[in-house]
Amino acid sequence: MIEARGLTKRYGNSVAVDDLSFTVRPGVVTGFLGPNGAGKSTTMRMILGLDAPTRGSVTVNGKPYRQHAAPLHEVGALLDARSVHPGRSAYHHLLALAQTNGIRRGRVDEVIDAVGLREVARRRAGGFSLGMGQRLGIAAALLGDPRTIILDEPINGLDPEGIRWSRSLLRGLAAEGRTVLVSSHLMSEMALAAQHLIVIGRGRLIADTSVDEFIAGAARNVVRVRSTDPGAMTALLHRPDVEVTRDEDGALTVSGLTTDQIGTLAGAAGITLLELAAQQASLEDAFMDITRDAVEFRAPTTTGAPQ
Amino acid sequence: MTNAAEHRVTQRRVLRSEWTKLRSLPSTAWSLLAAVVLIVGFGALYCLVRVTRPPRGAANVAAFDPTAVNLSGVQLAQLAIGVLGVLLITGEYATGSIRTSFAAVPGRPPVLWGKAIAFALATFVLCVPAVFGAFLVGQSILSAEHLDTTLSAPGAARAVLGSAVYLAVVGLLGLGLGALLRNTAGAISALFGLLFGLQIVVGFLPSSWSDHVYKYLPVPAGTAITTVHPDPTALLAPWAGLGVFCLYVAVVLGLAAWRLGRRDA
Repeated sequence: MIEARGLTKRYGNSVAVDDLSFTVRPGVVTGFLGPNGAGKSTTMRMILGLDAPTRGSVTVNGKPYRQHAAPLHEVGALLDARSVHPGRSAYHHLLALAQTNGIRRGRVDEVIDAVGLREVARRRAGGFSLGMGQRLGIAAALLGDPRTIILDEPINGLDPEGIRWSRSLLRGLAAEGRTVLVSSHLMSEMALAAQHLIVIGRGRLIADTSVDEFIAGAARNVVRVRSTDPGAMTALLHRPDVEVTRDEDGALTVSGLTTDQIGTLAGAAGITLLELAAQQASLEDAFMDITRDAVEFRAPTTTGAPQ
Repeated sequence: MTNAAEHRVTQRRVLRSEWTKLRSLPSTAWSLLAAVVLIVGFGALYCLVRVTRPPRGAANVAAFDPTAVNLSGVQLAQLAIGVLGVLLITGEYATGSIRTSFAAVPGRPPVLWGKAIAFALATFVLCVPAVFGAFLVGQSILSAEHLDTTLSAPGAARAVLGSAVYLAVVGLLGLGLGALLRNTAGAISALFGLLFGLQIVVGFLPSSWSDHVYKYLPVPAGTAITTVHPDPTALLAPWAGLGVFCLYVAVVLGLAAWRLGRRDA
C-alpha cells in the first residue's frame, strides 16, 4: 500500500509534482502513466525517501519509507536500469545490496535465476544491454521478497519476449497480494499489464481509475461518412449531442451516432453514401489527448505579448 | 514478506556490504596496487639516486634523512589513494547507483561510515607491508654508501608505520570530499587544493605569520608522523600533527554525513 497526500515537489520556480494524492492498493498492478517529464520519476523518488517533498507526505506500508528498519523487505524498487556501477558484476551488485538488509547469499542466486541472468551474472554490468540491465534492476527489486514493488519504466529496452515475461511477472506478484506500481509512458503496454491506472501530467493527477473505466471513458467512437452531398448530410445530422466535423476530402467525422442510425437517416433522406465506417480512437490517442490537455492547460503562453 | 526484525539494517551489515563493493571493483584493486608499487618503487628509485650522489660535507651528512628518502614514494602514493577515496563515492553518484545504496540504507550516513571503515582498513593493511618493504629495500640500497639506518633507530619505526596511517587518512579525506561535493572533478580539485594548494597560499604570507600557520596545514600536520626528527619550528610533534590532520578529516566526513542525510539523492 502506497499513500500519497498532497505530495508536492518544487525545484526553484518549476513544480515537478503538484499536490498529488493517490492510493496504490495491494493485489493489482497499478500503472503510473504520464508523458516524459510528467513527474513520475520524481514521485517515485519521493516514495523511496530519496527526495524530500516540498509539501505533503507519502507512506509505504503505513510508514514513511525512511522509517522502515528493513526497507528492502518492505519495498523493492527499480529506478533506473543504468544505476549499476559498470565495473561490478551483477552478482556482486546484488550481493552488496542483500548484505545491507541481512538477506542470505542464496537469495541472490534465486533472483538471478528468476530474471534469467544466470549466464552473465559474473560479468561486468557495464557490458549489459538495456534489457539485461532492466532484468538486473528487477532482480534487485525482488531481493528482499518485498510487499510493495515499484518499477520505473521497467519495459524500456526489453525485447518482445522480455515484455511478455515482465507482464506475467507483474501480474503474478500482484496476485500474491503485493502492491505493484509500474510507471510507463507507453499507454498500450499499460493497458495490457495493469488493472488500475494513475495518470499524471505536469505533476498533477489526471485520472485515478481502473483500466476498464479509463478505456470506456476515454475511447471516443466516431463514424466516418462520405457521401455525394456533404452539405446536405451535415444539415441532416445537425441535432443535439451530435458533433460533425468536415475533413479535407469532404468526408464527415461524426460522433454521437452509430453507423446504423446514420445509414438509416441517409436512406430516408435519399442521400447516397459512398463510405460509412465506425472508427475507434486508440487508447494511445485518448491518452495523448488527455495528457496534452493537461500540458496545454499549464503551459505558459508564449505568444501573449502585452498589448 | 519475512520478519522485518531479523533483517534490519545495521552498521555491521552495511560495512559488510561496502566491503563487498570495495573488493568487487577491479579498478579499486588496480589503484591500490599502483599505490603499493609507487611506495616501494619510487622509494627504491630515489634511494638509488641518492647513493649515486651521496651527501658531501659534515653538515649535509648530518642533515641526510635516510627514512625520508626511502619513504618519498608515499608522496606520490597519496595521490592514488586520495583519488580512489573520491571515486569510491562520486562513482556511485555518477552512475546513479547511490540511489540504490540509499534505498537499501535509508539512514544514509552508515553508508559513508561503512565505506570509510572498509577503505581505511584495506588501505592500511595494504600499505603497512608496502612501507616496511620500501624501508628494507631502500636501506639495503643506501647501505652501499653507509647512509642507511635501522628500524630500531629512534623514531624510525614510528615514521614508517605512520606513513601507512597517513595514507589511510588521506584516503578518508578523499572519501569525505567526494561525499561532500558528489562530483569527481570538483572533489579531486578540492583534494589537491587541500594537499598542495594551501602550502603555496601560506607561502605568500609574511614569514612571521606563515611560520605559525604552516605547521597546522593538513599535509605538514599529517606528515609530522612520517618524519623521524620533525623540526619543531616547521612541524608539530608527530602525534599532535596526526591528531590535527585527523581532526580536519573528521570535520570533512562529519559535514559530508550531515549533508548526505538532508539532500535529495
